[in-house]
Amino acid sequence: MASRTAGHLNDPAPVLTAHAVRRSFGPTVVLAGVDLAIARGEVVALLGGSGSGKSTLLRVLAGLDGEASGTSVVHGTAAVVFQEHRLLPWKRVADNVGLGLSGPDSTDRIRRALAEVGLADRHRAWPAELSGGQAQRVAVARALVREPDVLLLDEPFGALDALTRLRMQILLRRLRAEHGFAALLVTHDVEEALLLADRILLLDEGRIAAELPVDLAPTRTPDDPAFGALRRHLLDRLGVPTT
Amino acid sequence: MSRTTLVEAPAEIAAVPAVTPRRVRPARRWWRLASPVALVLGWELASRTGLLAPEKLPAPSDVLATGWRLSQDGTLGIHLLDSLTRAGAGLLIGGVLALALGTLAGLLRLGDDLVDPPVQMARMLPHLGLVPLLIIWVGIGESLKISLVALGAFFPIYFNTYAGIRDIDERLVEAARTCGLGQAARLRHVVLPGALPALFLGLRLAIGAAWLSLVVGEQVNAQTGIGFLMMEAREFSQTDVVVLGLLVYALLGLISDLALRVLERRMLTWRRGLRAT
Repeated sequence: MASRTAGHLNDPAPVLTAHAVRRSFGPTVVLAGVDLAIARGEVVALLGGSGSGKSTLLRVLAGLDGEASGTSVVHGTAAVVFQEHRLLPWKRVADNVGLGLSGPDSTDRIRRALAEVGLADRHRAWPAELSGGQAQRVAVARALVREPDVLLLDEPFGALDALTRLRMQILLRRLRAEHGFAALLVTHDVEEALLLADRILLLDEGRIAAELPVDLAPTRTPDDPAFGALRRHLLDRLGVPTT
Repeated sequence: MSRTTLVEAPAEIAAVPAVTPRRVRPARRWWRLASPVALVLGWELASRTGLLAPEKLPAPSDVLATGWRLSQDGTLGIHLLDSLTRAGAGLLIGGVLALALGTLAGLLRLGDDLVDPPVQMARMLPHLGLVPLLIIWVGIGESLKISLVALGAFFPIYFNTYAGIRDIDERLVEAARTCGLGQAARLRHVVLPGALPALFLGLRLAIGAAWLSLVVGEQVNAQTGIGFLMMEAREFSQTDVVVLGLLVYALLGLISDLALRVLERRMLTWRRGLRAT
């Protein structure tokens, strides 16, 4: 899995491009022309306050919104992880992960994907028997098993408690290092964006208001002074007083 | 003023047991059998002592003996089979029709607009009240009985299919779409299993309605069936056969409900997991 995407790492062609994406609900304009490109293997965080249109944009990019205008193209495969796990309650964990998967090696791939999120022994469980964090890990495995070129993450850890969220962030960082997938991470959590992303886009009033590369070491921690400076800068841009 | 307090108070009391559900202990469950057993014993005693006239209500033991006699000479078997065939055919016709129309109305907006309004209107008619009209339309033969059962089974299955499809979480359908599932695969993996609990509820209600329709239908010029057996026995004042017919009807309802519960438990295992946590 890793080698396939690693070969593309130096490929300059973006894995996802969007141009002039617009979407309005009645008279309310939610997206007022968004341009966006994500390179292969790049993790981009889309940061914005509530109602800024970040989830709407992700739904457009995932092809779930038929009424948006503009173009959005995924070069390769995309997989989505939502804020809620969205597992089918009537399918066991392994069948949920393998939803829509075919081929003789699918059982093997499901087993590997579950092992990667640390749930190899729960493959026979029903979704209702899992904790919130476990269910979300299964949702990550369901996305991973498709070997996506780009992962679309819609506040994937937003519904989890603080400790579980930290563990999930570490897990995502590890998986990304192993597989080299690109990702668009929609979040309202500035620290999460700084921990995981190579680049941060600020969405405000339906437009990309700012773009900020995150020049931090791969093993970044919030204790880093540079991290703190970026965090203050971003919160400032989001209109949150930091002093 | 006092009226509002009177209305509100029971609601509060009713809410308390719901918060702390108490398990029924086995001993208490057996204890609940005491009054039905006592009633049957009292009935038997009253018949034996002559308190109950046998032509009004024969002893339970006599009813059972009649049942044994009629099943030995094959009479009961023939009539039971005819009743079951009518119920099965009616359920099948009404059920398939309801399933098709319910799915159409539940899945497609056009289907909803075209199918649902007339069905909602027809629901207001008590279907057993249609007997005179049905006799004019299909006569008094076998088709009358099957039509009645089909009509009775149609509405519960239609409404529960419709509601079952409508209640499916749109977000799950969306997630299935992102997993690359096409229309047909989404129907199979998301819509059908999601609507299954409601379908089972509809089927249970439909079977109840089917037996009820059969009881009415078989009393109109039937030549066979449990209902015919009872009507014939009434003419000859064989009260034991009449009571036996009632007993068979009750047993049929009980057995079909039990079978459906077992099937439901096997097919909806994932809901047990839901309750376990």
